[in-house]
Amino acid sequence: MYQIIKQILKTGIKTETPPQADDSLRVREQEISAEILRVFGRALKIRHVDAGSCNGCELEIHAVNSAYYNIEGLGIGFVASPRHADMLLVTGPVSRHMETALKRTFDATPDPKLVVALGDCGCTGGLFGENYASCGKVSNVIPVDVEVPGCPPPPTAILQGILAAVSKRG
Amino acid sequence: MELHPLPGAAPAWQGEIAPHQLPACCEAVKNRGGRLVSLWGTDRRHLGGGFALHVALSDQPGLVCLSVPLDAANPAYPDISAIFPAANRMQRAAFDLLGIAPAGAADTRQWLRHGSWPQNAHPLRKEFDGGRVHSHDADVYPFVTVTGDGVHEIPVGPVHAGTIEPGHFRFSIIGERVLRLEERLGYKHKGIEKRFESLSLEDGAKLAGRVSGDSTVAYAWAYSMAVEGIAGVTVPPRAAHLRALLLELERLANHLGDLGYLGNDVALSFGFAQFWRLKEDALRASAAAFGHRYLMDLVVPGGVSRDIAPDGAAALLAMADALEPEVRTLKAIYDEHAGVQDRFLTTGRVTPELAARLGLTGLPGRASGQAWDLRAQYPVAPYDQLDVRMATHRGGDVAARVTVRFEEVFESLRLVRRLLDTLPGGELRLLISNVPAGALGIGLVEGWRGEVLVALHSGKDGAIERCHPHDPSWQNWPLLEHAIIGNIVPDFPLINKSFNLSYSGQDL
Repeated sequence: MYQIIKQILKTGIKTETPPQADDSLRVREQEISAEILRVFGRALKIRHVDAGSCNGCELEIHAVNSAYYNIEGLGIGFVASPRHADMLLVTGPVSRHMETALKRTFDATPDPKLVVALGDCGCTGGLFGENYASCGKVSNVIPVDVEVPGCPPPPTAILQGILAAVSKRG
Repeated sequence: MELHPLPGAAPAWQGEIAPHQLPACCEAVKNRGGRLVSLWGTDRRHLGGGFALHVALSDQPGLVCLSVPLDAANPAYPDISAIFPAANRMQRAAFDLLGIAPAGAADTRQWLRHGSWPQNAHPLRKEFDGGRVHSHDADVYPFVTVTGDGVHEIPVGPVHAGTIEPGHFRFSIIGERVLRLEERLGYKHKGIEKRFESLSLEDGAKLAGRVSGDSTVAYAWAYSMAVEGIAGVTVPPRAAHLRALLLELERLANHLGDLGYLGNDVALSFGFAQFWRLKEDALRASAAAFGHRYLMDLVVPGGVSRDIAPDGAAALLAMADALEPEVRTLKAIYDEHAGVQDRFLTTGRVTPELAARLGLTGLPGRASGQAWDLRAQYPVAPYDQLDVRMATHRGGDVAARVTVRFEEVFESLRLVRRLLDTLPGGELRLLISNVPAGALGIGLVEGWRGEVLVALHSGKDGAIERCHPHDPSWQNWPLLEHAIIGNIVPDFPLINKSFNLSYSGQDL
């Protein structure tokens, strides 16, 4: 126990200042009242859905949970069930074998809800595109509010996208 | 049988045999202690042939690729899953994608095909239009059911509870104890192999680097090695050195992340916080040196796409120097933490005997006495000058897989320093031109999960005729089903994380 406490004290606080929302990432305006967005903005719960990615974007979603970015410190947390979620964070391309699962996850998420598509493949289909096995971008399957490009998008970009989805419209 | 050496850095030979000779050849290799590395098929009908099955086996001198011509009208070959159990899912995938069938196989259920294309259509046949979308077929998969007093099932996935790739796990349990686990994968199948065939040899490296994004260096290197073999190009020493540096940085980052999650999964969130801080430091140093946190698109056919930044070496050395004592401190904390060791020890055990019989490979293999590491056994430049110390243990449990990771972190840090110390000058990339058509190139790289193989059949004018990327997860997923038997359900996430297998890499 002594060693653990010593290491924690030696490490100190690593969390950096969070980035601001990037409004240019928003692709859809939803009729969600400012009041709800205000509430979401203070306690947002996210369900991540990997709908067919190469697992690159997932590495950066993990990184967002590290002490440096401390997403929990912003009141944002990841939950295990879509029924507990306000937002789906979806990576792609959406494989056709995940199409049904993604739609069901979307349906299981209570309204009002937000969707952030992550990564070049989630935004455009990327290198995989659309084919016999791939539906391409996330918005081909479910409505998307914010798209965060990148291969993979770094943690700050992911945070900017998530914050854009819950920030008051300009 | 006559074997001829395949040109290139990988120690590989090829030979052609008739279908009826296949089982005896496999038996002979198995009896010499060899293993099945990969299995794939090709469509040669447009070239005036039929189909072909290719089986890559690890034998004494290196990799032996057996090519088996198959009849165009009735493409069948004798089942080899009775000899190499790991062949089971590979054979089923080869049937789904190409329609070549293992005669006499006990398990002929679909594997990569769910409902996205009809049973009688095979995407890797040349006449199959990759752009055409078929209507969803009914997707019925007969799981093996366990019956008896008090037995019940827990279905999990494809959408899991954490930030993990999608797949389906069917647990049959009695009380808390797992009687049987059956995996169903293929949810991430996105047509990678078909996509390769629409790309040039040059562009293929980008796709290879996205077969499994966490192993982008390993795949891009294996792919480039295959191209260079066919083209007869030997990469410049500086490029080879930089590739090894990238590969060790990739191993380091992934192992640090896993060590954090393994702490987290036994309720030591301190471990997650500490290791993910260190991982972030490693990623930032990688970005400072090479411009990308995960080192994507740096390994390209002919060499590397960019040099290390002027202050890159200093950034990486500073990271390595800061990291090493911290990891030693954290290892001591993990080793001495009674709660952690109670969960790690004896959990998810794969005995060395079972590992050898079923073909466990890579990192989990080395934790179960399977002493294979390409960097040590078949070192390609610059590993031939590095004397890589292989980490092997016989415990076969979560604790052993954690120990292998720790030892490999320290070895990778040593290699990073040594590579930076001895980085030669010179060119970064040679031009690849005049690639002969109809040739087979093999790339073989020890990624952080295990051996990544890329088999490349060249087409005309720098086109890709066929490309098969193989992830070691093909071999290791079936062993996870064994590792969980007799353990309690809450230990599954821990055991699963201790293997950390790729979904995308095997779903293709």
